[in-house]
Amino acid sequence: MPEEITLSVFRGDRSGGQEQEYKIPATTGMVVLDALHYIQAHDAPDLAVRWNCKAAHCGSCSAEINGSGKLLCKTRVDDYVGEVIHVRPMHTFPVIKDLVTDVSWNYEKLRQIPAFQPAAKAPFTLQQRDVDRIQEFRDCIECFLCQNVCHVLREHNAKDAYWGPRMMIRIAELEMHPFDTGDRIDLLKGAAGVGYCNITKCCTVVCPQGINITDNGIIPLKERVADKYFDPLGGLVRKMHK
Amino acid sequence: MAQPAETVQGSKPKSGSAWWVEPYLTVLALGLFGVYSLWLVFFQHTGQFHNYLSPFFSPTESWGIKVLPALWVLWVPLLFRATCYYYRKEIYRGFFHDPMACGIPESRRKFYFGETRFPFIWTNLHRWFWYLALIVLIFLWIDAIKAFIFPNGFGVGLGSIIMLVNVLLLTAYSFTCHAFRHLIGGGSQKFSCADGSPTTRYKLWNKVSYWNERHGLFAWVSMFSVWFTDVYIRLLIYGVIHPVRFF
Amino acid sequence: MSDNMESHAYDILVIGSGGAGLRAAIAAAEAGATVAVLGKSLLGKAHTVMAEGGVAASLGNLDPADGWETHFYDTMRSGHFINNYKTVEVFAKEAPERVLELEYWGAVFDRTPEGKIMQRPFGAHTFRRLCHVGDRTGKELIRTLEQKIFTVNVDVFQEITATKLFTDNGRVAGAIAYYREDGHFALFSAKAVVIATGGWGKSYKVTSNSWESTGDGAALAFEAGAELIDMEMVQFHPTGMVWPPGVRGVLVTEGVRGEGGLLRNSEGERFMEKYDPQRMELSSRDVVSRSIYKEVQAGRGTPHGGAWLDITHRGPAYIKRKLPGMYEQFMALADVDITKTKFEVGPTIHYTMGGLKVDPLSCATNVPGLFAAGECAAGLHGANRLGGNSLSDILVFGKRAGDGAVEFVKGHEGTPKIDDSEVQAEIDRVLRPFSSENGENPYALHEQLQEIMATHAGISRTGPDLEQGLQKLLELKERARNMAVPGSRVFNPGWHTVQDVHNMITLCEAIIRGAIERKESRGAQWRLDHPDELEEYGKINFVHKLEDGEVKTYTSPVPEMPAELKELFNLGAAPGIAKSGKKE
Ligand SMILES: Cc1cc2nc3c(=O)[nH]c(=O)nc-3n(C[C@H](O)[C@H](O)[C@H](O)COP(=O)(O)OP(=O)(O)OC[C@H]3O[C@@H](n4cnc5c(N)ncnc54)[C@H](O)[C@@H]3O)c2cc1C
Ligand code: SF4
Ligand code: SF4
Ligand code: FES
Ligand code: FES
Repeated sequence: MPEEITLSVFRGDRSGGQEQEYKIPATTGMVVLDALHYIQAHDAPDLAVRWNCKAAHCGSCSAEINGSGKLLCKTRVDDYVGEVIHVRPMHTFPVIKDLVTDVSWNYEKLRQIPAFQPAAKAPFTLQQRDVDRIQEFRDCIECFLCQNVCHVLREHNAKDAYWGPRMMIRIAELEMHPFDTGDRIDLLKGAAGVGYCNITKCCTVVCPQGINITDNGIIPLKERVADKYFDPLGGLVRKMHK
Repeated sequence: MAQPAETVQGSKPKSGSAWWVEPYLTVLALGLFGVYSLWLVFFQHTGQFHNYLSPFFSPTESWGIKVLPALWVLWVPLLFRATCYYYRKEIYRGFFHDPMACGIPESRRKFYFGETRFPFIWTNLHRWFWYLALIVLIFLWIDAIKAFIFPNGFGVGLGSIIMLVNVLLLTAYSFTCHAFRHLIGGGSQKFSCADGSPTTRYKLWNKVSYWNERHGLFAWVSMFSVWFTDVYIRLLIYGVIHPVRFF
Repeated sequence: MSDNMESHAYDILVIGSGGAGLRAAIAAAEAGATVAVLGKSLLGKAHTVMAEGGVAASLGNLDPADGWETHFYDTMRSGHFINNYKTVEVFAKEAPERVLELEYWGAVFDRTPEGKIMQRPFGAHTFRRLCHVGDRTGKELIRTLEQKIFTVNVDVFQEITATKLFTDNGRVAGAIAYYREDGHFALFSAKAVVIATGGWGKSYKVTSNSWESTGDGAALAFEAGAELIDMEMVQFHPTGMVWPPGVRGVLVTEGVRGEGGLLRNSEGERFMEKYDPQRMELSSRDVVSRSIYKEVQAGRGTPHGGAWLDITHRGPAYIKRKLPGMYEQFMALADVDITKTKFEVGPTIHYTMGGLKVDPLSCATNVPGLFAAGECAAGLHGANRLGGNSLSDILVFGKRAGDGAVEFVKGHEGTPKIDDSEVQAEIDRVLRPFSSENGENPYALHEQLQEIMATHAGISRTGPDLEQGLQKLLELKERARNMAVPGSRVFNPGWHTVQDVHNMITLCEAIIRGAIERKESRGAQWRLDHPDELEEYGKINFVHKLEDGEVKTYTSPVPEMPAELKELFNLGAAPGIAKSGKKE
């Protein structure tokens, strides 16, 4: 590993900004967040970066490193030997300062998803196989990297039409819960806009938790919408089956 | 949707990685396949070589309906594939640059409606094409069996093997379909019976889910196998090569 | 008043949006109060999210013999009997109900073959008791509470730091806070305030804690007149990562030893045989931490000053299935494949047992209208916390604090007033670092504080060492009066650190003073000059109060258990053992 590494970090706020270079000594096993902390302690005490656990548990430290969405605390600097490490804030959300962006839109949407509506009082009798699917989605750390990379939000800024992959797997988790009695299919087709997703899978690729957002979450949701709106025959068969 | 982009920070294209290779390869492969299919439709009238039948021309029976022979059924697999969740990804990326690759700025920014309006809202009908494709698949199985029945009885030729492999791959492709995965069990909310044992639908769903992870692979391989089967039979028809019989 | 200060008025103000704070807010809102919750970070990202192992509750899903009595027994024993028995009793009785409530709100725990909530064994719990979701239980807990919060009438303020509590004739009247985003102030007047700001592990360098753990709420309450108790009790977790330097302190879950991991020194010896031949690697946290420390001191440490932990004999498939998070963590951060090689671990600061002295039932502090719950409150864990007890702590007492605050508001008419001049003085104080000449660098002071705590109030302590540490700390406290930061109020981490350092110094003084007074070894407190546990100290807690700006330390008697609870400790074994046919 080289003695010295070069980071080019976005410095700026709502009105704009640009990258600034810092040269710092690398240490064994250093992650990009460590490098930023070094810069804070030595060169720029006011460098803004959001972080919390430094253990890839909380999903605070999302940013773009050399063009890819990453958790700063999980990305090693020695993945970029011989390169300048460009660190930029998430593109899809308005920047507050430096690497910190305003992600409040996501919380607004999380709030709008109709909550769990239990069919019975706890304790529930549930087998592990009943909850495996849901637990995959509940592993989400709300880093919003998937929201950031989703081209519907990122390129088309269609935030009023589509709620994004994080919200989709939250809805999927509820729809697949054996004890949930809610029905969010109209919401999916309408306000939440699952139809805007064209299953190009960038969310799945970026997810630091390895959640198979598209195949296990969004596609099954699209099929549920198809059940209700695009398959009267299938609907009839299922009705008779019940 | 026409909000102004709120962000000021810009974004940086990926450094180093050749992210454009994949979409171009997709365009090339699907484009060539499309051109080849059109050529078949307009310039070829048959796919029959003795007991071998090209999948493009199956079934041969058209019950009196008069269309170009290759067009008679071709639209079914075509629409089946065009609405396939896997191909959709490849097509949107390769042909529409929506997006070309992850985090890459798109060439067209306005008017994105995804699959909420014409034409792509049609993709919601994927399961219908799946039903139809199943019918076609049955004919292809019959063809594959016929490929083992020579005038002098049962036999195995290179063509029989090719046709069998082809129909196997097509079956694998069809039964790893996401819509099928949903219909077979994914759509149910509960996977266990009252006594805690797994439901049949769970067992089926679980198996399909395992193979579904390889759906993209089957999509490509089965497309090439269809192509290859036709090329092989066509070369036989033209007499460029000669049939091989093993026994 | 200040440029663009916001003003808010609520019945109840909850400071802290970790598990305890969210649970308190839910309770208060469900009782019909208007509620605000403040957190230094985004919603759902508080320190609670990091908890791995599980939440302890005697559901008895796997061991039907388990019950509140056994949970009570285990908790009192591991706390070395300086915990408040009433707190422990309430806790042990209510934990199961609180966990089931989470399930009802949508939490999805791992399941037993009968379809019940799965429970795993953990150090010093008699029965299998920790309800869990793989190795990410804290996330499940906080996510469920976050999702519940959306359904009740609570205003959530994210990324906002409270810097002072105000009182009106002794009764709490509200707090002032600033938005981290742009530094503008917000004044919250409230009829009751719940403190749920977590611990102060960040006062030590090597810690498993997140940056939030700077003890703000405890310090604020202390400055507003509340009492601190058991401050000398700071838990070392025996297994933190030690290499590479960037991850030093990051937790290696107790699950590794639970699944059969073996501890060895540089000579390849399983040294726990010397220290606790019965329980070996699964001895209590204080014992294992001390053992590793002693080995390193004796020159039998690993290259980077720890012990070897080895789980390779379990085989790759088993390890990847049972400890996916650990496998991934070592692969990504240390280039170590734990399925193939042993790895280095060493003690890391994990939890602060001490904190605000509260009523066991209502969670009220001695300041009228001020309540506290979670890691910032004390009484439940005594001298050593049992793994898994913290997550149930924050649920049980989070709810009780919320309910307690509502009761208080019902019983006390009127709204206390906040004095404008006090507010202005506080704003001036908080903004001073921007105009300060030749001020100290807050990052440097934080580092020096951690240095002092590590050398003078670390895992092993002596009287003279502690005294020396106190002197250094008091000097640091002087210097910390004048800190300076460049830049603006817009998301300025340097400025944020100024507040943190101030709070940690306040609490560290109480830690050292308590450690000096407790001239014995008990639980987490290990005095080389007083190596034995002494009966007379088992009867007292050390309580700290702020009097005219000075920290004063007193003793208060440990509440005495009634006969029927005492009886539980005379059975010859843990309650329930006879029923279960299990050997202790
Ligand atoms: C790695 C790790 C693993 C753990 N594993 C377990 C386990 O398996 N089982 C278990 O029982 N326990 C475990 N614990 C301990 C447990 O997680 C914590 O003790 C518990 O979560 C504390 O919760 P809390 O609600 O009291 O505080 P926290 O979760 O620390 O929340 C504090 C809140 O207060 C806010 N706050 C702080 N200061 C201010 C201020 N000035 N103004 C406004 N808001 C403020 C913070 O932003 C935060 O929202 C673990 C701890 C760690 C570090
Ligand atoms: S798959 Fe859908 S949700 Fe995911 S990034 Fe692509 S368009 Fe967005
Ligand atoms: S789904 Fe994955 S990428 Fe999206 S917010 Fe959750 S953890 Fe992050
Ligand atoms: S700091 Fe928590 S995920 Fe990176
Ligand atoms: S998803 Fe590809 S065929 Fe149905």
